[in-house]
Amino acid sequence: MKIKECCTVESQECIAKGIYSMWISTKVIAKEAKAGQFISLFSKDGSRLLPRPISLCEIDREGGRLRIVYRVAGAGTEEFSHLKAGDEVDILGPLGNGFPIEEGKGKRVMLMGGGIGVPPMLQTAKDLGTDTIICCGYRDELFLNEEFAAAGDLHIATEDGSAGVKGNVMDAVREDHLEADVIFACGPAPMLRAIKAYGLEKGIPCWISMEEKMACGVGACLACVCQSTEVDGHSHVHNKRICKDGPVFLSTEIEL
Amino acid sequence: MKTSVNLAGVELKNPVMTASGTFGSGAEYSEFVDLKELGAVVTKGVANVPWPGNPTPRIAEVYGGMLNAIGLQNPGIDVFCERDIPFLKQFDTKIVVNVCGRTTEDYCEVVERLTSEPVDLLEINISCPNVKEGGIAFGQDPKAVEAITREVKKYAKQPIIMKLSPNVTDITEMARAAEAGGADVLSLINTLTGMKIDIERQKFAIANKTGGMSGPAVKPIAVRMVYQVAQAVKVPIIGMGGIASAEDALEFILAGATAVSIGTANFFNPYATVETVRGIEEYMRRHKVDDINSLIGAVR
Repeated sequence: MKIKECCTVESQECIAKGIYSMWISTKVIAKEAKAGQFISLFSKDGSRLLPRPISLCEIDREGGRLRIVYRVAGAGTEEFSHLKAGDEVDILGPLGNGFPIEEGKGKRVMLMGGGIGVPPMLQTAKDLGTDTIICCGYRDELFLNEEFAAAGDLHIATEDGSAGVKGNVMDAVREDHLEADVIFACGPAPMLRAIKAYGLEKGIPCWISMEEKMACGVGACLACVCQSTEVDGHSHVHNKRICKDGPVFLSTEIEL
Repeated sequence: MKTSVNLAGVELKNPVMTASGTFGSGAEYSEFVDLKELGAVVTKGVANVPWPGNPTPRIAEVYGGMLNAIGLQNPGIDVFCERDIPFLKQFDTKIVVNVCGRTTEDYCEVVERLTSEPVDLLEINISCPNVKEGGIAFGQDPKAVEAITREVKKYAKQPIIMKLSPNVTDITEMARAAEAGGADVLSLINTLTGMKIDIERQKFAIANKTGGMSGPAVKPIAVRMVYQVAQAVKVPIIGMGGIASAEDALEFILAGATAVSIGTANFFNPYATVETVRGIEEYMRRHKVDDINSLIGAVR
């Protein structure tokens, strides 16, 4: 069930330059949420109407808490970064389909996150178990790496070479000789494109989380479509809705 | 207390409707609101065949509003009749089907196909600013407005709502033309053509370059146009443009709208429609209004 809920900020900290971690206390949404889903956060400023979709980094279902780790990218996320413990924030969720954890059971799974696509892989890792391979790519400064190290077999790539393999996640896969039966990934389009190509070459299914500008977040407005290889169920064209049909798709479903 | 209003013989239990394109065919928002509480659901524009719509990004936020250039993506009338109409028939609300097309023939084909369907009203979209052919091409010339209205009326069984564009010099000219062509109801305003430029990337914020602006920022323009059109024609008016609350809806009703549509507000408040219904009832109690019809056009 999706709901718009007035929630309370439990804590907020800056964990890297421009990257914030916020725990939010919810009545309903955390209980229903799954790894790879997202929530939409609303601004208190009426000039900024549209909610900001942000992926879930961690879900504490029993405690009714959600964690988001996000980058300040504009005025909306800047506003969220100033929220303090005890402040109220309206959120809509849980939204989207999430990663198909069952597709990873009993298999060698590799989780790949790039940049601000790293956070959603944390709950995914926790739901899959500690024998998971985790490959995180950063520009320079690391974040969440200690938590990932505790959640699985962590491999790191940095663009500037300051930690792990110099380059991107695919460079880390090659240099560290990583092999898997299935890949779950979130990150920028060029990274997802490379993962799709790698998956096709190796015959590995890749579940990728997509991103696009959104308005409603629930599948009504048709703003956040991506080109799909097959005819979509909604409009019978080739446009799957990232917010509703996704954000997680099998890479072969999507034209990248 | 009477909250029902009449649109060309169709009785709505209250004046609150949805705005086409913001509410799909109701399925997505039925998770948030009970559709039977609404006066009517207005569906997303449907054409004779599926349309893929425009490239992404299709939307951008602007101060107090948004731009969209979805490009009327829709599944075509066949899927719509098989899937969406039966879905909406489960609810005790009126069904208004928004019709789009590239040519007069396209519109007439959809309208004719709907004669045998259990829908209450048809809204003819001659004002979408985001598709090159059809849409706005019909909506900015009074002769074209009158001609397409007359043509559509020949095929229609249900009453016809003509949806007007605000992107004209004088909207009352278009309103009179639609009335002359036989329109039963007018709805206004569609979105205002706008543009946003991303100065960091030095690119247009939306792929279509221009998009239709909606949201609270456009409301004063919409209220003014509803008032002007109400003075110019006799047919009932559905007012829309930035309505997010009962207070907003009441401005349109007092300006001359018989019913109102809630659009962009659904995106930032999925409960906006039912909250508006309840807010209007509260207002009527507070102002001791027995019949909402006494408020229509009450401010002159």
